[in-house]
Amino acid sequence: MMKSLAIVAVMSIGTILLRGLPFVIFRKHTPSYIVYLGRVLPPALIGMLVVYCMKDLNFSAAPYGLPELIAALCVVGLQLWKRSSIVSILGGTAIYMLLVQFAF
Amino acid sequence: MKKQVAKQAFITSVPIMAGYIVLGMGFGLLLHDAGFGVGWALLMSVTIYAGTMQYVGVNLLATAAPLLTVALTTFMVQARHLFYSISMIERYKDAGKYKPYLAFALTDETYSLLSSTVPPCPPEYANYYRFLVSLFNHSYWITGCLLGNLLGEVLPFSTKGLEFSMTALFVAAFTEQWIVLRDHIPSLTGFAGTLLCLLIFGPEHFLIPALLLIVLILTLLRSREEALL
Repeated sequence: MMKSLAIVAVMSIGTILLRGLPFVIFRKHTPSYIVYLGRVLPPALIGMLVVYCMKDLNFSAAPYGLPELIAALCVVGLQLWKRSSIVSILGGTAIYMLLVQFAF
Repeated sequence: MKKQVAKQAFITSVPIMAGYIVLGMGFGLLLHDAGFGVGWALLMSVTIYAGTMQYVGVNLLATAAPLLTVALTTFMVQARHLFYSISMIERYKDAGKYKPYLAFALTDETYSLLSSTVPPCPPEYANYYRFLVSLFNHSYWITGCLLGNLLGEVLPFSTKGLEFSMTALFVAAFTEQWIVLRDHIPSLTGFAGTLLCLLIFGPEHFLIPALLLIVLILTLLRSREEALL
């Protein structure tokens, strides 16, 4: 019980430190380098998250990551067409669910 | 006006709802099977509020891992949050009383929503809007974790594949940034740099090298990138 509480506390405090420290360190003045990172990091880290979600795909065995790739392309297409995140996310997820439950 | 902003924040958070509830339920179930009840699900979803970390945490709890191991694992799994926060410093500069919670609640998904769009409300309500989006997402996550732990495997319909909504969220945000920004170098750096590190280091160890590579490349390109502004 105490050991489990300590484990949860370490995970919680560690996560809070990583999320909070930059705000504490730069609370008064933001150096121009950090302002620059604030502009270029969001698109870069979102690109990283796209790859991160696909990290466990196996392209050398059936279904060769096809449901994920097809559904992801549908999301891109929907976003280009409608420019609405809700439409793209719900549409892409519905297509993916149909693919993994009935097609593959 | 505040009501209007709350409505907007709720609409923004809707795409997260299904994914967080399903992924949270997966965690709650896993935690239940490891012998930890609903109190633990509540404690972890409220105070850690991080998907991957909580999944890994079930294993750490079940094996009663040494605290040093727990601390190192937390750092390895969560290092990317350092960079999320760094890139939100300017946006959250005037967040005042909302700032501590905004920083705490910066998950992958909330970051993706709030870093890629301008709040659809007057600037003076921007931080209230961001606070509510963060809070709504947190509440979906807590709900999922509790439900999974309480209900176990009793689900009314097959949710197989619903977890893809998180991937779809990032792909949609990536596409939107591609449309909005004329400069595609940051997007390409993040995508290709991470892919390269995944191929070199494998799916277990690629994230920290990828973060370092992305920051290194963007730092080297700084004068070129700032000229594009």
